[in-house]
Amino acid sequence: MARKEYAFYPGCSSQLKASASNYLTSVNAMCKTLDVKLTPIPDWNCCGASIGYAGAGELQRHVLNARNFALAEAHLPGQDVVATCAACWLNARESKEKLHGSAQLLADTNEALKEAGLRYEGKADVRHMVEVLIEDFGYDELKKPVVKPLEGVKFAGYVGCQTNRPFGIAGESFENPLYLDKLVETVGGEALTKYDQKVTCCGGALAFSEPEKSQKQIRDIVEAAYDQGADMIVTPCPLCQANVEVYQSEINQRQGTKFAMPVTYYSQLMTVAYGGTAREAGLDGHLIQPVKLQELAAKK
Amino acid sequence: MGATSTETNMADPNATALARYRNDFLKEVEERVEEGPWVKMCMQCGVCAGSCPFGPHWEHSPQKIFMMIRAGKRDEVLRSDSMWMCTSCYNCVVRCPRQLPITQIMHGLATYAHRLGLAPKLQPTRDFSLQFWDNCTRTGRVNELKLTMGVYFKDGLAAGIRKGWEMRRVALGLLKSGRLNPFELFGGHRCKDQKGVAAMLKKAREIEEQRKRAPG
Repeated sequence: MARKEYAFYPGCSSQLKASASNYLTSVNAMCKTLDVKLTPIPDWNCCGASIGYAGAGELQRHVLNARNFALAEAHLPGQDVVATCAACWLNARESKEKLHGSAQLLADTNEALKEAGLRYEGKADVRHMVEVLIEDFGYDELKKPVVKPLEGVKFAGYVGCQTNRPFGIAGESFENPLYLDKLVETVGGEALTKYDQKVTCCGGALAFSEPEKSQKQIRDIVEAAYDQGADMIVTPCPLCQANVEVYQSEINQRQGTKFAMPVTYYSQLMTVAYGGTAREAGLDGHLIQPVKLQELAAKK
Repeated sequence: MGATSTETNMADPNATALARYRNDFLKEVEERVEEGPWVKMCMQCGVCAGSCPFGPHWEHSPQKIFMMIRAGKRDEVLRSDSMWMCTSCYNCVVRCPRQLPITQIMHGLATYAHRLGLAPKLQPTRDFSLQFWDNCTRTGRVNELKLTMGVYFKDGLAAGIRKGWEMRRVALGLLKSGRLNPFELFGGHRCKDQKGVAAMLKKAREIEEQRKRAPG
């Protein structure tokens, strides 16, 4: 039996060949080292994200999230649901809070779920992978498997929005959460604690619909990382990762900047520090190559 | 585009709402808009306006929207472009001294305006929101490629090809890094129980409409 077992909710972006597929790769490698067994919730569905609201309506959103909980409860009883995507976690958690706050909403949700042959019991909790790392393991435990400390690599810890607000990680402040910097230090990297765009919004889904407004945000986020002398940005959110990495070439094109700032996931740092290969860490999944991390991963 | 299914549901929902609430817009918001009952709690401090990453792009900040609702400025609020500027960053929510769920209220107002047919038709985030919901509920999971194509081609074939060409570096980069699968256009990720997903969502819609017809 594994040290810890969870009902895994990877989310749409963490599927094979989707925009955050390398996040999934590195999470799997990291969990293997930590002896964590992630069993995907059978037939899980999209959480509706933050942007689906206009088509959705309140009850439909909660029903979508309740279906995942119901499937987890039926197939993986007793296990917490663990999400790696900030939006999946936020939406599932928000739905759970709403359903527990209103008997009417709960009854309505279960009436709708009946159509899919399911029932929401409200037993399973939903947690972010970062919560699992910090609360179920703790920094000291996470440090033990480190065989290749990320010495000399400077990381700008970009927490972003939805892993931080409105719920956030217990014990952290909304304005200056410290857990990402602590994770960087745990695996031997240098955390640039003065990085001042830590919790700035990247535009989220509006990077699609309002590209210019979002790219202004992204420019600030990248520029501040350069100002601090960062080798790369690290983030816990798949949409932050995609937006901040992918649009740098567009910003360069439109604004004449020369950005080439790699954007990585905490799970990639941990995988490399735990001795994983570049492939296991999903380092082959970048548009802007995280060279320093790739070099470390290649080192014997 | 598939947005038509959510475009209008009743004959003229706006006329129905107008007849019911007359000039009591605050009451209308409280009964019809998600988290609407919170609106009256706003104390007009303006922290939300100063905390918004897209603040400069809002014609009316959340603070102003809340006051306009209380002042009965129904048309100005519901036809506003402002709520559609919300990026769901929740910065206003965690800073609000009265703890109003401002993000949800903005989404709720936007959704309500859309359902009444009053939301600005060319608002790009309205369009993206509808496309996203259709995309993720069609199979139960998001098809990222179809979603992107839907956004690029919303203004026609020529505009779509132009947009695609502009974004070629991004697309090629994602393709090379294994984060974009061209075969998603012909299927892609999906839930096995698509029928169940569709049936439960249809039921949820029915229940919600029933409740909205008889509030309280």
